[in-house]
Amino acid sequence: MTVHIPNCAVSAAAEMTQRPVRRESGQREVFCGLTGIVWLHRKIQDAFFLVVGSRTCAHLIQSAAGVMIFAEPRFATAIMEEKDLAGLTDANDELDRIVTQLIARRPDIRLLFLVGSCPSEVIKLDLSRAALRLSQRLLPGVRVLQYSGSGIETTFTQGEDACLASLVPTLPRARTSEDTLMVVGALADVVEDQFTRMFEALGIGPVRFLPSRDSLSMPGVGPSTKFLLAQPFLADTARALEERGATRIAAPFPLGVDGTTAWLWAAAQAFGISRGVFDAVTQTSRDRAERALSRYRDELGGRSIFLFPDSQLEIPLARFLSRELGMKLAEVGTPYLHREHMAEELRLLPGDVAITEGQDVDLQLDRCRAAKPDIALCGLGLANPLEAEGITTKWSIELVFTPIQGFEQAADLAELFARPLLRRSRLVA
Amino acid sequence: MQLTVWTYEGPPHVGAMRIATGMQGLHYVLHAPQGDTYADLLFTMIERRDRRPPVTYTTFAARDLGGDTAELFKNAARNAYDRFQPQAMIVGASCTGSLIQDDPGGLARALNLPIPVVTVDLPAYQRKENWGAAETFYQLVRALAGPSAPPPGTPRVRTAGRRPSCNLLGATALGFRHRDDVTEITALLGRLGIDINVAAPMGATPADLARLGDADFNVVLYPEIAGQAASWLQRIFGQPFSKTVPIGVTATRNFIAEVAHMAGVDPAPALNASSSRLPWYSRSVDSTYLTGKRVFIFGDATHAVAAARIASDELGFKVVGLGTYAREFGREIREAAKLYDVEPLITDDYLEVEAQVAKLQPELVLGTQMERHIAKRLGIPCAVISAPVHVQDFPARYAPQMGFEGANVIFDTWVHPLMMGLEEHLLAMFKDDFEFQDGALPSHLGRGHAAPPAEAPVVAAAAVAPQPASESAAVWGAEAEKELHKIPFFVRGKARRNTERFANENGVTTITVETLYDAKAHYARS
Repeated sequence: MTVHIPNCAVSAAAEMTQRPVRRESGQREVFCGLTGIVWLHRKIQDAFFLVVGSRTCAHLIQSAAGVMIFAEPRFATAIMEEKDLAGLTDANDELDRIVTQLIARRPDIRLLFLVGSCPSEVIKLDLSRAALRLSQRLLPGVRVLQYSGSGIETTFTQGEDACLASLVPTLPRARTSEDTLMVVGALADVVEDQFTRMFEALGIGPVRFLPSRDSLSMPGVGPSTKFLLAQPFLADTARALEERGATRIAAPFPLGVDGTTAWLWAAAQAFGISRGVFDAVTQTSRDRAERALSRYRDELGGRSIFLFPDSQLEIPLARFLSRELGMKLAEVGTPYLHREHMAEELRLLPGDVAITEGQDVDLQLDRCRAAKPDIALCGLGLANPLEAEGITTKWSIELVFTPIQGFEQAADLAELFARPLLRRSRLVA
Repeated sequence: MQLTVWTYEGPPHVGAMRIATGMQGLHYVLHAPQGDTYADLLFTMIERRDRRPPVTYTTFAARDLGGDTAELFKNAARNAYDRFQPQAMIVGASCTGSLIQDDPGGLARALNLPIPVVTVDLPAYQRKENWGAAETFYQLVRALAGPSAPPPGTPRVRTAGRRPSCNLLGATALGFRHRDDVTEITALLGRLGIDINVAAPMGATPADLARLGDADFNVVLYPEIAGQAASWLQRIFGQPFSKTVPIGVTATRNFIAEVAHMAGVDPAPALNASSSRLPWYSRSVDSTYLTGKRVFIFGDATHAVAAARIASDELGFKVVGLGTYAREFGREIREAAKLYDVEPLITDDYLEVEAQVAKLQPELVLGTQMERHIAKRLGIPCAVISAPVHVQDFPARYAPQMGFEGANVIFDTWVHPLMMGLEEHLLAMFKDDFEFQDGALPSHLGRGHAAPPAEAPVVAAAAVAPQPASESAAVWGAEAEKELHKIPFFVRGKARRNTERFANENGVTTITVETLYDAKAHYARS
C-alpha cells in the first residue's frame, strides 16, 4: 500500500496564490454559530449555554436540536423583550436575575457560557462585562465566560471556534517544560479515545484534548504546548493558543486514510518520532482502513459531487473524496477560507477545482443544476428541494454529528456519501 | 428577559413565512441576519416540502452593518422580483432586522415594482408566530381584496340560482394537520351543496385573495390565523363567518348546522349521510375502562378547547387541567375551564406547565410536542393534539382532526397510549410477573417491558423545576408504603398525594395502611 505523505514543513503559500478562489456575496443559506451549542453542550458535561437573544434564537436551537430536545438540555435562552431594548442597565440587572434563577435550578453547573446573538450584538449588550461581573459573584462554584454565536459574526461551526477561544485565556499555565501535545476541536468520544491510544503507542505525550469532557480538567497551555487542529474551523482558537505561547503543528485534517496518516505524521515529526516507528505503529490501522475504504471506491469512483458551503469541512472532505475515492469535484464551497490553516489541504486538492468562498445561494443553485452532479453536499434547507429536482443529496449537518475522523471512521465517512446514491438506485416506486 | 428552555411558538416572522409558503405566487423578502435561513428547514424537513420556501433573506453580516444595509435590502428585493416573478410580495424584518431600522416597506416602495408589495410590521419582541401569521394574512387580505370592496353600507345580495359558496380560511404551511382538515371540510361542505370560492392562505394565489369578496360567507377553520381577516371581511364585505371549529363529533354537527344556516341549505343530508365511528367505539363496552381517566390538556386554544370537549363529553374522561400558550386566546380557555371546574393555565413557560402536570398526576396528557417531553419524563401516556409538533405529526397517511373522519383519527390516537383494559386489570391483580411488571410500558406498545423511571417523576423533574413543596409532614409507615405499591402504577402518584393530603388535613403523622384506605374512601369518586 502506498500513501502519499505530504511534507508539511514546506510552506504552501506560493502555491496558494496561484489558485483562483471565487468570492461570492449574496444570500447565504447557512446556520449561525449558535448551532454549535447543540453538540458542545454534550461534549463539556458540566457546562451550560445561556443564549442572550430573541425568540428566533431559542427557536433556532430547538429546531436544530431536533428530537434531542426530549432529553434534559444544558442550554436555554434569555429572551429579550421590549423593555430590555429600552435601556442597557435594565438588561444587565435582568441578566443577573436570570443567571441566579438558572444556577439555583442547576446547581451541578460549573461553567456557564453567556452566548451572544445578533440582537444582543446589535444593541451592544456588553456580555464580557456581564460575564466578569457574574464570575466575581459566582466563583469558585461557577465560572462565567462569554462568546458570540451570532449569525452576523459566525457561521455554524465558527460557534465552536468562538466558544473554545473564550476558554483559552482561562486554561491553566502548563507547568512542565517538556513538550506536550494538545488536540484542538470537539471530537466524538470514540475518536478521542482512538487518537489517545495511537499517540500513546507512538510515544507522543502527554496528549490532552480541548475541550475536555468537563470544565475542571481542561488542558494546560504554555510555550511547551504544541497543538494539532482536529477541525478546520478553529482560526480564533488557534490564535488565542498562539498568544499563550503554544505552537501549531501544520497538518491536513484527519479525514480519510491519507488525511489521518498525514495528521499523525505531522505530530510524530514535531515530537521527533522516526518514520520506522511511525510506520510500525500505524501500518495495521492504515491497512485496515484501506481495506474498508476500497469497497466504496467502486461505488463512488468517477461520480461527481457539488459541495455547498456550510461548516468549513468542505475542503478536507473534497480532498478525501477526490484523492481516496476518485470522485470528481464540480465545485467546492466553503463559508470561510483560512488560507494558512487550509494550506496543506489545498496542496492536496486537484489543481483545477473550482473553490468558492461565501455564497449567493440562487446563483450557486443555478451552477449546481448546470453541473448536474451525481450528489450534492448541502444543508437541510436545500436537500429536499434538490432531491425533488432529481439531484441526490447528502445533508451536511450529519458530518459534524457523526464520528468521521481517524482511520477507523474513514469507511464510515465514505459510507455517508455512498448511502444516498445506493438508496436512489434501490427505490423503484 | 425571560428564561426559556423550550418555546411554544417561533418569532412572528416565522408566522409570516407560514403564510407565504402556504400560498403560491407570493414572495417574502425578509431583512434578516445570516443564519435566520434555519427557518427554511421547518418547511423542507418537518413538513417535507419539495421546494424552497418563497423567501429571500438579506442575510446581512457584521461587516454589512458598517455599510449600507438598506441598499442590501433593495438589491435582494429587486433580485427576488426578477428571478421569481411573483404576483405580489411581502416585505418585513426579523427581530435583528427590526433593530437596524431600515424600513423595508419604504425601501420596497421606492423600487416601484409592478406588483402589490405589502409591508408586514411584526413586533418581534412582543409578539409570536401565530400573531405574525394572523397579521400577515390580514394585511394581505386587506391589500389584495380591499380594492374590490363595495361602498360602505351596500347590502349583500345573493345571485339567484347559484349554489352558495364560502371561503375556507386559516390553513397555512406548517399547520398541525391543516392539509387533511381542508380536504375533510371541503368534502363535508360539498355534501351540503356549498362550493368553496377560495381556500386561503394555503393553496391560494394573490389573485385568489382578490376574489375573496365573491363568497357568501367565510368558514374560519383556525381562528388563531384567520380570525382577524374574517372580522375585516365581515365588516367590509358583509360576509358572516363561522364560529364553530369542527373538531369532534358534536362540534362537527354544530358546525354543519351553523354553515347550513349561513348558506340557507338543509343540514339533514350531511348530518344523516355521514357520521363518525367515534360514538359507537366510545359506547362499546371495551371503552368502559376509559371512564373517568384523568386527562391534562394543553395546546393552542382552538385545539385545547376542542380536545376538552371531546375528552369530557365524547370519551368520558375527566379533564383535570386545561391550558394554552396563546395569551391572545386566554379568554376562550378561561371560559372552557369553567365547564370542567379546573384552574385555567395560561402560560408560555414550559417549566410552569411541567410543574402543573407533575402536581396533577394525570393518567393521560394531551398536548404539544413539548408536553411529550414532560410526559416522557414523568412516565405518563401522551398524545399530540396541537402545534408545535415535530416531523412525525406531518404524516403521509390521511390524518385530519376535523370532521367525522377527524373524530375517528382522534379516537384511535388518544386511546392508543393508554394501557389496554385487560392488561390494566391483570397488572392490578398480579404484580410480580417477570415480564409484565409494575410500571411497565403497555405491552401493545412493544418496546420491551422495562419499567420507565417514573416512580420518582418529581425527582427527575426537579432538575429544572423546583419540586413542589411536599403537602404533608406525615411519614409513610413501611407497611403502608408496601400497600401503596399494590395500587396500579398509573394511579399510584395520585393515590400517594391524596393520602398525604388526607393525613395532613387530619393531623396524622405516620401513614398506616388504615390511613391509605381511609383516604381512598374519603376521595372515592369525588
